[in-house]
Amino acid sequence: MTRTKILPALPLLAAGTIATPALAASVTVTVPQIKVAEYHRPYVAGWVEPAAGGNARTIFVWYDLKKRGNEPGTKWLADLRTWWRKGGRSLNLPADGLSGATRAPGSYTVAIPANLPKGDYVLKVEAARETGGRELVSVPFTVGGKGGSASGKTELGTVTVR
Amino acid sequence: MRFRSILIAAAASSVLATPALAHRMWLLPSTSTLASTNEYVTVDAAVSNDLFYPDHVAMDPAQVSVWAPDGTEGKVENPSKGRHRGTFDVALNKAGTWKIGMERTGVMGTFKVGAEEWRVGGRGRPQGPGAPGGPGAPAGAGAPPAAPAGTPARPPMRMVPTVADIPANATDIKLTESVTRNFVYVTAGAPTKVALTGKGLEFDPITHPDELVSDEEGSFRFLIDGKPAAGVKITVVPGGKKYREAEDAQELTTGADGTVKIKWPVAGWYWLNASAEDAKPSDKKASARRMAFTTTLEVVAP
Repeated sequence: MTRTKILPALPLLAAGTIATPALAASVTVTVPQIKVAEYHRPYVAGWVEPAAGGNARTIFVWYDLKKRGNEPGTKWLADLRTWWRKGGRSLNLPADGLSGATRAPGSYTVAIPANLPKGDYVLKVEAARETGGRELVSVPFTVGGKGGSASGKTELGTVTVR
Repeated sequence: MRFRSILIAAAASSVLATPALAHRMWLLPSTSTLASTNEYVTVDAAVSNDLFYPDHVAMDPAQVSVWAPDGTEGKVENPSKGRHRGTFDVALNKAGTWKIGMERTGVMGTFKVGAEEWRVGGRGRPQGPGAPGGPGAPAGAGAPPAAPAGTPARPPMRMVPTVADIPANATDIKLTESVTRNFVYVTAGAPTKVALTGKGLEFDPITHPDELVSDEEGSFRFLIDGKPAAGVKITVVPGGKKYREAEDAQELTTGADGTVKIKWPVAGWYWLNASAEDAKPSDKKASARRMAFTTTLEVVAP
C-alpha cells in the first residue's frame, strides 16, 4: 500500500480536506500487514500528553491479556519502553477501559477521553512486536480544534486524530 | 588466593592507572527494567579489557550481595563461575529498584624495617613475620631457599598479607585504605530511590539509573560521607568497542555541588567509574583513603 510511503505532511493535508469540523474526539490506528516468516501481533499503546508538557494519560494498551505462566503477557509491556516510562509502569494492569487484546492488521478507532480540557496535545502511539521492531508515532492535535495524522514506517500505519 | 589478588590488583588499577590500561570490573544485568515482580534478571560478572566482553577473569558470584527495594537482603540464585565470566540470577519479587553488587575494603601500603622497605597486601607471595627473611626475623638469619640449578635465585619478596602482620619495630608506615564499590540497579515496575549509607563515595542519582534515554542528559550526584563531593573523576565508556574504531571514553569531573551531567552518544550499556581520594580513612593506621564506585547503566533509544 502507498500508506507506508506517504510523507507525514501529506496525510495532514488530506485530513484537512476531508475533515468536517474536527472535534479531536477519537483516534484511528492502523496496524499494518507485515509479511515476515514469523509474525506476532504487536503490542500497542496510545497516550496523550499536553503539548506544553505534563502528565501522560494512557488511552489504550493492547497486549496479550490472557497469557499466563512463567512469561505472562505483561512481561513484555516494558518493551513499549517510552510508554512504560511515561506511565505504563504505574498502571495497575489490566486497567479497566484501557487494556485490550492485541489486534490483527487493520484499522481501529478508539475514543479520546471526553473530559480532556481544551488545549493542545500530542497523541503518541507506540508499537513493539515480538521478533520485530518498535516504532513511536506522534500526532499533535487540539481538543476542541483540529485533528491531525501521521504515519509510521514499519510497525505502525496511519494514525489519525479526528 | 591468586584470584583474589588479581581482583585487588584490578581494583587498585582502576583507581590508579589511566583508564585505557585498566582491567575493568563489571556487572551486566540482562535488563535494567522489568514489567513485573514475577521475573528474574541474570547478571554477568567479570574483569576484562573490553566492555562487556569477558576476556580476562571471572568475578566470583559468592562476593555479590543483593538488596531489595525495602532494604532487606535478596538472594543470589544459580551462581556459577566460568573461566571468563561469573553469572547468577536474582528474583525481583518486590516492586521498585534493587541494588546488586559488592563492596571491598582493603588496606595497602609500605613500611620499613631498618633500611628495607616492605609491602602490605597486594600482589605476590606473602611472607609472614618471623618466617625466614620475615620482618621480625634477625637480619641474615634465613637465606632464600635454594633455587633449582639453572634458574636465577629470586630475591625474597618483602611483603606481609595484612596490617596486623606489621612488626612492632616497623618505621615509616604509609598505608592507604581502599574502598571499592560496584553496584548495578534493576527496577521491577516503577523506580524507587535507593537508600544511602552516608559512608565513603556514594552514587546519588538525580536521573534514575533505570530511566536513561539517549536523547536526554543523565544527571548524577556523588557524595563522600554523605556530603556532595566536588572534583570526583568520572569515566564513562560505552560497551561494544568491537563495533567501532575507538573507545570513546568520556572523562568528566563533578562540579561544586557533586553533580555530573552525562550525554550519551548512542543508546546501549555504559560503564561508569568514579574515583576520589582523601585523608579520612576509617582505619586509624592508614593515612589516606582511595574510593571507587562503578556501575553499569542502560541507556535506551527514545
